Amino acid sequence: MQIKRAFRVWQRHWTVYTKLYKTSFALNFAEPALYLVAMGLGLGTFVKDIHGQPYIRFIAPGIIASSSMFAAVYECTYGTYIRMTFQKTFDAILATPVNLDDLVAGELIWGATKSVIFGITITIVIAFFGLVDSPLIVLAIPLIFLCGLIFAEISVIFAAIVPGIDSFSYFYTLFMTPMFLFSGIFFPLDAMPHLVTDIAVFTPLYHLVNICRTFSEGTFTGSVWSTVWIIVVVSLLAPFPFRLMRKRIIP
Amino acid sequence: MDIVKAQGLIKDYNGLRAVDGVDIAIRQGECFGFLGPNGAGKTTVMRIISCFLPPTAGSVTVFGMDVTMHPSLVKSRIGIMPQDNNLDPDLSVFENLMVYARYFDIQKKDAVRLARVLLEFVELQDKADVKIEQLSGGMKHRLLLARALVNNPDLLILDEPTTGLDPHSRRAVWDKLNHLKFQNTTLLLTTHYMEEAEKLCDRVAIMDSGRIVAVDTPANLMAAHGGNLEDVYLILTGRSLAD
Repeated sequence: MQIKRAFRVWQRHWTVYTKLYKTSFALNFAEPALYLVAMGLGLGTFVKDIHGQPYIRFIAPGIIASSSMFAAVYECTYGTYIRMTFQKTFDAILATPVNLDDLVAGELIWGATKSVIFGITITIVIAFFGLVDSPLIVLAIPLIFLCGLIFAEISVIFAAIVPGIDSFSYFYTLFMTPMFLFSGIFFPLDAMPHLVTDIAVFTPLYHLVNICRTFSEGTFTGSVWSTVWIIVVVSLLAPFPFRLMRKRIIP
Repeated sequence: MDIVKAQGLIKDYNGLRAVDGVDIAIRQGECFGFLGPNGAGKTTVMRIISCFLPPTAGSVTVFGMDVTMHPSLVKSRIGIMPQDNNLDPDLSVFENLMVYARYFDIQKKDAVRLARVLLEFVELQDKADVKIEQLSGGMKHRLLLARALVNNPDLLILDEPTTGLDPHSRRAVWDKLNHLKFQNTTLLLTTHYMEEAEKLCDRVAIMDSGRIVAVDTPANLMAAHGGNLEDVYLILTGRSLAD
């Protein structure tokens, strides 16, 4: 893998994104805003403070984490799969000095970049509503990138092994949705049976929510373990997207 | 020097032998054609030469470099025109060439100039800002050809460059390829059109069941077997139809 050639792939995605973002950019805010309003204000009216915070303040940092997660996951499941199969973009790129490892690295780095783009924009919106306590939240950005890489790795692994585009529904229903619901965004997991927490600590979103929340509150201490977890997992997963894509593309 | 040299080339796919001991040597400046029925292994050989697929056994060198050892260096000097349209539908005609040039590390201002020249060469200068989906089939083929020329390749690989084109578009592609031959670009193509092979190719290899059954100039093949090139083709590959 050569980083300059991976960057060429990243640049292709950036070119396309900056060209098309106007048509979809506003929509990017719609979903997080809906969750904030529906859950934060709607449900929040009936929920007493959590850990001394109004409910909408409790969920806001988690929405930053989940938005950046979905950004990378959509990009590297549907996006990657469509480029690989229907659009044959991979074929076109592989006919240039860019090799498969460069291409996969480009997909992963682009997925993580999408996480950061969404993470930053949602943070700005949430801060605008006064739902962020501490400027320390900017320190979450590099961790959003790293955790975005994890989401991209998992997504590319799935894109490499699914038999068809419909199979992604399994991935979303059986993996993404439970992870989203039981990540500590909407309620503290300590209220749940131990089993839930035991499983949640093995999911990347749980750790990213933890990081966004502690930084947003202006503390560090709660996030150290999550930071270490992210760094370890991003490295452990790294070989698999490359290996599985190689298996898929080069028979 | 031989631009492409394959020795004892074998490629297995899922337990099937797609290419079964192919030896070829393609010379600088010639137009070399692969003929053969579907599944004969033509495209597989081309994909190995293009550094897409690693050979199972045997060696392939392009410009004297092993394709498995130096894929990026090899690919930086070849142009590939695929059989299927794989233009980037998210980009305009002009942007397709610009983004492609970037993969070859061509500077932006050189790429702008190059893209204009290439669009003129394939007569698409009026379509620069058009979306890919708005191009006709023939225009897409010409744009694929222009894109394959972005890095000014020493070797141009074309997989069925005129399949599915109307006679005018086919003639347009032939004209461009003849022009490139005249400029001493080495061409390597597959085709199902014997007329195309006769018009363009200095030498052809007829493939069947993963093997090369004959390699020669079209004239020599016709002299040796009688009839036109299509007759020769049918004689040499007819066995597989009877099987």
